Amino acid sequence: MPLPLLLSLSMILLAIGLYAILASRRASCSRQIYGISLVICVILLGMALTHLLNAAAPVTLTLPLGLPWLGAHFRLDALSAFFLIVVNLGGAVASLFALGYGQHEPAPGRVLPFYPAFLADMNLVLLADDAFTFLFAWEFMSLSSWALVMAHHREPANARAGYLYLVMACLGTLALLLAFGLLAGANGGYDFATIRTVEMTPGLAALALILALIGTGSKAGLVPLHVWLPLAHPAAPSHVSALMSGVMTKVAVYGFIRIVFDLLGEPVAWWWGGLVLALGGITAVLGVLYALMQHDLKRLLAYHTVENIGIIFIGLGLALAFQSNQMYASAALALTAALFHVLNHSLFKSLLFMGTGAVLTATGERDMERLGGLIHPMPWTALAFLIGAAAISALPPLNGFVSEWLTFQAILLTPELPQWLLKFLAPAAGALLALSAALAAACFVKAFGITFLGRPRSPAAAKAQETDRYSLAALFSLAALCLLAGILPGLVVDGLSPAVGLLNGGAQLPAQQSQPWLTLVPVADVKSSYNGLLVLLFMALSGIFAAVSIHRFASNSVRRSPAWDCGFPNASPAAQYTAGSFAQPIRRVFGSVVFQAREHVTMPPPGDGRAAQFAVQLRDPVWDCGYAPLTAAIIKISTKLNYLQYLTIRQYLSLVFGALVLLLLGIALWR
Amino acid sequence: MHSLEFDIAHFLAGSMVVISLLLLYQDRLYALLKVFALHSLALTLAVGWQAYIQEAHHLYVTAGIALIFKAIVIPAALYRIVRRLGIHRTLEVVGGVGRDMLAGAALVALAILVMLPVTAGTDAVAREDLAFALAVVLLGLLLMVNRHNAVSLVIGFMSLENGLVLAAAGARGMPLAVEISVAFSVLIALIVIGIFLFRIRERFDSVDMQAMDAFRGERRR
Repeated sequence: MPLPLLLSLSMILLAIGLYAILASRRASCSRQIYGISLVICVILLGMALTHLLNAAAPVTLTLPLGLPWLGAHFRLDALSAFFLIVVNLGGAVASLFALGYGQHEPAPGRVLPFYPAFLADMNLVLLADDAFTFLFAWEFMSLSSWALVMAHHREPANARAGYLYLVMACLGTLALLLAFGLLAGANGGYDFATIRTVEMTPGLAALALILALIGTGSKAGLVPLHVWLPLAHPAAPSHVSALMSGVMTKVAVYGFIRIVFDLLGEPVAWWWGGLVLALGGITAVLGVLYALMQHDLKRLLAYHTVENIGIIFIGLGLALAFQSNQMYASAALALTAALFHVLNHSLFKSLLFMGTGAVLTATGERDMERLGGLIHPMPWTALAFLIGAAAISALPPLNGFVSEWLTFQAILLTPELPQWLLKFLAPAAGALLALSAALAAACFVKAFGITFLGRPRSPAAAKAQETDRYSLAALFSLAALCLLAGILPGLVVDGLSPAVGLLNGGAQLPAQQSQPWLTLVPVADVKSSYNGLLVLLFMALSGIFAAVSIHRFASNSVRRSPAWDCGFPNASPAAQYTAGSFAQPIRRVFGSVVFQAREHVTMPPPGDGRAAQFAVQLRDPVWDCGYAPLTAAIIKISTKLNYLQYLTIRQYLSLVFGALVLLLLGIALWR
Repeated sequence: MHSLEFDIAHFLAGSMVVISLLLLYQDRLYALLKVFALHSLALTLAVGWQAYIQEAHHLYVTAGIALIFKAIVIPAALYRIVRRLGIHRTLEVVGGVGRDMLAGAALVALAILVMLPVTAGTDAVAREDLAFALAVVLLGLLLMVNRHNAVSLVIGFMSLENGLVLAAAGARGMPLAVEISVAFSVLIALIVIGIFLFRIRERFDSVDMQAMDAFRGERRR
C-alpha cells in the first residue's frame, strides 16, 4: 500500500516544520531539517518511480477528514506519480544543496518551518482526489511559499513581491474554486471520480477551461498572469527559488493537466487547443525577451521560467488540438513532449538557481554587472552552471534539446489538422518556439559569459571562493541527470507513457526500448529519429580530434601579450563587455517595439569634468496595457465609493432596507 | 385544512402585521412602548397557538420567553430608561404618517407576493405564517429607517426580531436551541443598547440621531 505511506511521509514533513518552529534557534537545526527533508524526498521519489515504472494501477484512499460529507480523497495514478517524481527529485536536490547553503541563512527561523511544509503541500496537491483537498493543499502551498518569499521581508522590494504574489495567488485560487464549482455540476459531487462522470454543456466546459487557465496559469506564470513570478521567485532564498521555479510551477502545470485533460474529459472544441497554443507561444517569446533585458541573475532565471512554461503549454495546446480531432497518436507525441519538458525544466532550472545561489553566497551579488571572472575561483560551480545553461538553451546532447525537438516533431504533424486556423497557428507557434530557443541561447551566453568569464567587475567578485561540497554534490547530481536524460531519452519517454496513456484515452508513443542503439523514434523511422548517444559520441570524438590536431600541429611556444590591448593598455575591468552591452543588439531589434526601449546618452560638453552617462529605459507592455489600467480603474471606483464609509446609521439602515426590498421585488417580478 | 385551527393561526399572525402597522404611526414614546408590548403579546399567542396545533411542546417555551422578556421585561426596561433619562416624549416621523402607512401597505403586499409563490405546495399554516413574518420584518426595518429617535430604532429592531420568531415558529422542526439563543441575543442587544442610550444621553443631551451625526469627527468632504 504505497498511498498511506506517501501521505504519512508528507505528514512527517509537516511535523518537522512544526519542530523547526521550536528548534530553529539551535545551530544544528538547519542540518537536521534539511537532512530529514532529503531522506523523505528520496523515499517519496523511490516510491513514485516504482509506481510509474511498474505502470501500476491507480490506488485510492478516503480519509474521514475535511468536509464531513465529502471526506478527503487521495489517489496515486501514473500522472501524479510522474509529477511526484518531479517534485521530490527537485525537493531532494534542493535539500541536499541547502545542507550547505542553509548555513549562510541570516534568518533560519523564517525559512526552516516553512520549507518542509512547502514540500509536503506540493506532494498533497499531487495526491488530492477531490476538489476540497486539492484546493486546501494548493492554498497551503501558496501560503507556505509566500512565507518563504517573505523570509527577508525587511527589503522593500521583497515586501512588494510578497504582496503581489499573495494577490495573484488569491486570484488564481478564486478562479480554480469557480472552475471546480462548474466541474462539480448541479449535484455538487466534489470528488474527482464523480467529476469525471459529469456531462457538461460546451459553453460551461469552455468557461471551466478558461477558469482553469487563469487559476493554474497565474501560478505557473503564463503571460499575462506572470507579473508576480519574476519578483517573487528571486526574493526567496536560492534553494527555495529553485523549488518555486523548478517545481512549484510544475505543480501548477499538473493542476492544468489534471483539470483539462482528466476531469473535463475529451476537449469539445478545436479552439481550446488554439487558445492554449497561442498563449504558450506568446509566453515563450515574451518570457525570453524579458529575460534578455535583465541583469539580475535570479530575475533572469525567473523570466526563463516564464519562457519554459510557455514551451510546456505549446505542447499541451497541441495535444488538445489533436485530441479534439481524434488524432490520438499525434496527441501522445505532443503530451510526451510537454511532460518531458516538465521534467527537464525542473532539472536545469533547479540547477541554475542553485548555481546562482552558490555565486550569491560567494560574492553577495546577484547583479551580473558586478560579477565576472568567477570561473577561476569557482571552477566546479562554473562547469555545472555551464551544463545547465547549455541544457536550457536546448543544445544537444543535453535534455532540453530532446523535449524541444519532440515539440517540433509534434508541430510538424499539425498540417494533418483539418481546421485552417490551427494549420496556420501551429507553425506560427513553432516559429515563436524557434525564436525563443535562439534567444534563450543568446541569453545564456550572456548569463554565463558575463558572470563567469572575463575579469571581476567588483572586489566581491574578485574575492569569491568555491562553494561547499553539499552544494557541489547537488549541482553535479542535477547536471548528471540533465546529461543522462539527454542521451537516454528513450528511457524517459517509455517511463512517461503510462501517464500519457492515462490522459490520452490509452494511446501512447510506441515503446522506445525496442529501438536499436537507444534511438528515439517518435513517429516513424523514415520521418525522424534522434540519438543522443551518437551526438555525444560525435562531439567527443570531434573534440578530441580537434584538440589532438591543435596540439599536434600548432606551435607549442607560449606567447605573451598585453590583454585587451586594442588601444587601451591597462584597461580596467569596466572596459569589458557588460550584460547591458551584450544584450544591446537584441534590445534594439525587439526591445524598441516590445518594451519601447529608449537609450539616453548624456554627454557633458567639452571642458565639463563630469562622466558621460548612458541610461536605458524599458517599459513593461503587460503592466502598461493590462495591470496599470486595471489598478487605476479599481482605485477610481473605490475613491468614488469611499463616501459609503461615512454615512449615518439611518442611511446605512436605509441601504440595507432598500437592497432587501429590491431583491424581494426582483424575486416577485421574475417568477 | 380550512378549519378553526387554521383560522385562529391566521388571525393571530395577521394581528401581528396590523400591530406592526400601528407601530408605524405612533408619535409618542410611551404609546410606542405599549404598542410594542401588545405586539409581543400577539407573538406569544401566535407561537402558543402554533405549539398547540403542531403539538410541539418546546414552542411553549418560546412563547413563554416571548411573554416574559418581550412583552414585560423589555418594554418595562425601556419605559424606565425613558423616564430616568427624561427623553423628549414626542417622536418626529421623517416622512409623514400617510406616506409611511402607504409604504407599509406596499411592503405587506410585497411580502405576500414573494412568499406565497415560493412556498407553494407546503403546509398552508406555514405559508401564511412565513408571508406575515416577512411583512413584520419589513415593517420593522421601515420603522428603523424612518425614525430619528434611538428608542424607536430599538423598538423597530425588536419588532423585526418578533417577525423572525414568528417565522421560526411557523416552520416545523426548528430546534429549541436556536430559538433560545435568538432570544438570548436579543436580551444582550437590549443591554448593549441600554448602556449606549445612557452614554449617548450623557454626551449629547439627546438621543436624536441627527444630533449625534453633527458630532461625528470624520465627515466626508
